[in-house]
This record gives sequence, structure tokens and C-alpha cells, in this order.
Amino acid sequence: MSDDGERGMPGKGLVQGLAVTLKTMTQRSTTQQYPDVEPELPPRSRGVIALSEENCTVCMLCARECPDWCIYIDSHKEEVVVPGAARSRQRNVLDRFDIDFSLCMYCGICIEVCPFDALHWTPEFEYAETDVLDLLHDKDRLGEWMRTVPPPPAHDVLGEPSKEEATAARKAAGPGAATAAKTARPPVRRPAAPAAAEPAAAEPVEKAAPAEKDEPETGR
Amino acid sequence: MPVWLDLIVRVVAVVAAFLVLPLVVGQAEHKVMAHMQGRLGPMYAGAFHGWAQLVADGVKFVQKEDVTPGEADRRVFRLAPIVALFPYLLVLLVIPLGPNGLVAQALDVGLFFVLAVLGVGVLAVLMSAWASANKYSLLGGLRGAAQLLGYELPLVLAAASVAMAAGTLSLPGIVEAWRPWWLLWQAPAAIVFFIAGLAEIRRPPFDMPIADSELVFGYMTEYTGLRFAFFLLAEYVGIVVIAALTTVLFLGGWHGPFADQLGWLWTLVKIFAVSFVIIWFRVSYPRLREDQLQRLCWLVLVPVALGQLVLTTVVKVIM
Repeated sequence: MSDDGERGMPGKGLVQGLAVTLKTMTQRSTTQQYPDVEPELPPRSRGVIALSEENCTVCMLCARECPDWCIYIDSHKEEVVVPGAARSRQRNVLDRFDIDFSLCMYCGICIEVCPFDALHWTPEFEYAETDVLDLLHDKDRLGEWMRTVPPPPAHDVLGEPSKEEATAARKAAGPGAATAAKTARPPVRRPAAPAAAEPAAAEPVEKAAPAEKDEPETGR
Repeated sequence: MPVWLDLIVRVVAVVAAFLVLPLVVGQAEHKVMAHMQGRLGPMYAGAFHGWAQLVADGVKFVQKEDVTPGEADRRVFRLAPIVALFPYLLVLLVIPLGPNGLVAQALDVGLFFVLAVLGVGVLAVLMSAWASANKYSLLGGLRGAAQLLGYELPLVLAAASVAMAAGTLSLPGIVEAWRPWWLLWQAPAAIVFFIAGLAEIRRPPFDMPIADSELVFGYMTEYTGLRFAFFLLAEYVGIVVIAALTTVLFLGGWHGPFADQLGWLWTLVKIFAVSFVIIWFRVSYPRLREDQLQRLCWLVLVPVALGQLVLTTVVKVIM
């Protein structure tokens, strides 16, 4: 009956077999009823890549870093006349931003390298197509996924203040007050953190976008 | 009540039980087996937890083409599913549901009749196996014949023990004579009868004749559509019949609290409990190899059944 020569009570194995199946029957089954019940995905699941078009500066980093070259970007330059400026400025305008999800291997490198938070993971995964060509998502389709991007995790209240916050505080305090701002911040910020985290989380990109865009302008 | 009306009521009741109980057991098998394997089983048919799965299966089988192989012995091939199914219908006739004559046909030689009719099953296996003109069918059928003939012996010996204890061959008479301490006295016979019964209906772990991993589907390989459905139905009716016989012979049939009013309920509860064990065995145990199968029968079950006969005789003579 037993392979290893060790013989317990006769029929012990039979009873154990029955016990295992009976125990399994009383436990919850592990079946996922997917089409009827949405799966509970881990937060930050990698379903599809969303594009926030206004954040994109056509720097091409994502397209160049993509291991299987599945991002296609076209753009042209536009003259922007700024009143009061000596010369008109040039700006990149995105014409085409396609991700071919039939090639994409969901490595997330494009999202990692994007310096302006234009690309985001979203947990949506139901975009199967009957035609492989339909897996080429254009920038409108990628933009629609932005609605499904989950808010970023709340900032750790005990951690250092974020880079953006520190910069803003330093600016607000004026030149030469950098150390004062650092010591002054935590008591002001911490009690409000849970309440403040919510609205900030709800619109992560919109808030970050102007700040990011402003910086190069003010720098120039 | 006129005789003809009485007859119709009894026949309709038996046919209804014949059609309903196997479906209930089959559905229970789907669900119990699924949950024992950590699955959910059918969930769609009939909207609520797939209760209509077997009905849907039946509709599907009716729609399938009824194929008879060109080389087949046509008449025998077509007759075999009926031969497989019909004995069980006859057995249901004589199984008592409750006290005071709640039985379709009380036969004085009920037990003898049941065992004789159950023996017809091997004929259906051989008929389907030979008539299919298929090597897998033939192999499965021969295995089935060897198994069924072998296990017939412990089955009959175990049943004989309880008949001796009760002093009658009538099934209601046996239940009438049954006392709770028989559970202990007749326990070896009960176990032998149950195991031999499992082998008789070719349920796992005794499904060597079907053995889908080596013989395609044994003697049922060539069957399609409704005829295949008949074989499947025969399997489920077989579960009901073996569970019912075990209940009636060894578990005291209608005996239980309020037996006069609720006797039929007790019988049904016991039948379903035994059916559950049959399903449970199927999920838990792997298939026996052919030699293990015969060894179990001839070296374990037959001696135990003979020993039980001696024990029954001794107790009977002393008391």
C-alpha cells in the first residue's frame, strides 16, 4: 500500500484520502467566476498603458527604450509667439502616438523612462480583439484609458516631503530661507495629510502637469 | 381503489422515481465532485447554480446524431442500452420506500428477484462490447464481464447473510425484521455488499471496464446521442439502486424517528447519504488495476462474506 515500506494501520491511507476530499468540499472553492464577477486585481496591476497627451513633450524616450519597438510617435514643430518675448518659441505637437499591444510585452520600461508622467499603468485588461490589427491603440484610445488610472499611493506622512512640495515650499519662503522652510514644514503639513491626500490623489496628473510644464518656462 | 387505477399509480410513481432520482444524484455528483476538487461545477444551466445541467445534457444528447458503426451488429448494438437500463427499472419496483406496504410491488422473493435482475447487467456490457466491432469496446467489455461475474459472488453472499438473519427474502420483510444492533452484526456484510455493489455498477474506483485513460470509453466507445445517454442514465440509476439496496438490506430502510409517518423520508435520506458516499469514493480513490480488482474480490471480499455467513448462522442458531 505504501511506497516507502512504512506500513501504518491498514486502510489509513484510504481514510486520509476521504478526509482530504471532505475537507476540500467544506472550504471555499477557488474558482473565479470572471465574466460574472470582476476579478479582484492587486492595486497597480499592469493591464494596459494609458497616455496623458498633454504631458507628452515628444522626447521619444519611451519609443527608444521600448525593447520591442511597439511605440510609434509622429510630431511636428509649432511656433508659439509669446507676447513680450524677443523671439517666438518652438513647441513639439504630437501627431501620432500609437502603442501596438500585439507586440507590447508589458515590461513597463516606457512608463519608467517617461520624465513627464505621460504614460501610466491602468488595471483595465478587457481590450481583446478579434483582429490583431485592432490592438494598435492610437493616442485617443490611449487617452481614454486615463480615466481608469488609479490614484497614486498616498505619500508617507512620516517620510520626507516630496520633491515638488519641497521646491514649492522653498520658493514660497523666498531666497535664503531654505533651512527654515525645511524645519517649518512638517508641523503644518502632517495633521492635514489624510484630508489633503484625497483630492491630490483624485487628480494626480492634472495637478502635476502644470507644475512640470511651468518649470522649464520659468527657467528660461 | 380499482385494480387498474392502483396499478397505474404504482407504475407512474416508479417511473417518476426512475427518472427523477438519478437526475438528482447526477446533479449532486456534479456539484459534490466539483467542490471536493475546489471547483464550483456547473453554474449556468437553469440560472441558479446550474441546477438544470443534466436537463441541458439530455437535450444535447437528443440532438446528437445517432451513429451506428458500419461493422456493428446493428440489432444487438441498438438493444444494448435498453438492456443496460431496464433491469434497474425492474429493481426499483420491489424496493420498499416506507412501512405499511409503501412499495410498488411487494414480492416474497424480492431479494432473489433483485439479485437475478441485477445480473442481467453483465449481458448489456457484453452485448455493447461485442456488437460495437471496436477493439476498445471489446477489451472494456471483457474486463467488465470478468469484473461483474467476479463481484456477483460477494454481492450475493452478503445479501444472503442478511436474508438469513431476517429469515425472509422479501425486502419489506427484511426491513421489518431489522434491528439497530444489526448495524454491528451485519457490518462486514454491509461493507462487502457496498463495495461489490460499487463494482457491479462499474463506478470508480472500479471503472476498469470504462477506463477512459486507456480504453477510450470501454464498451461505450461507439455509442452516441440518446443511446449513450441511456448508458449514462443507467449508471446514475445504478447508483440509486445500489444505494437503495444497501439502505434496505443493511441500514434499516424506513427505520428512524416517526417511522410510521416519515418512513419514506428516512429511506430517501439514507439512499442519498449512501449515494453521497459513492460519489465521495469516486473523487477520492484512483482506479484499481485489473489484477488488484480481482485480488480484492477473491481474496478479500469473498472470504469476508463467507465469514459473515458463518457468523450470521452462529448467532442465529444460538439465539
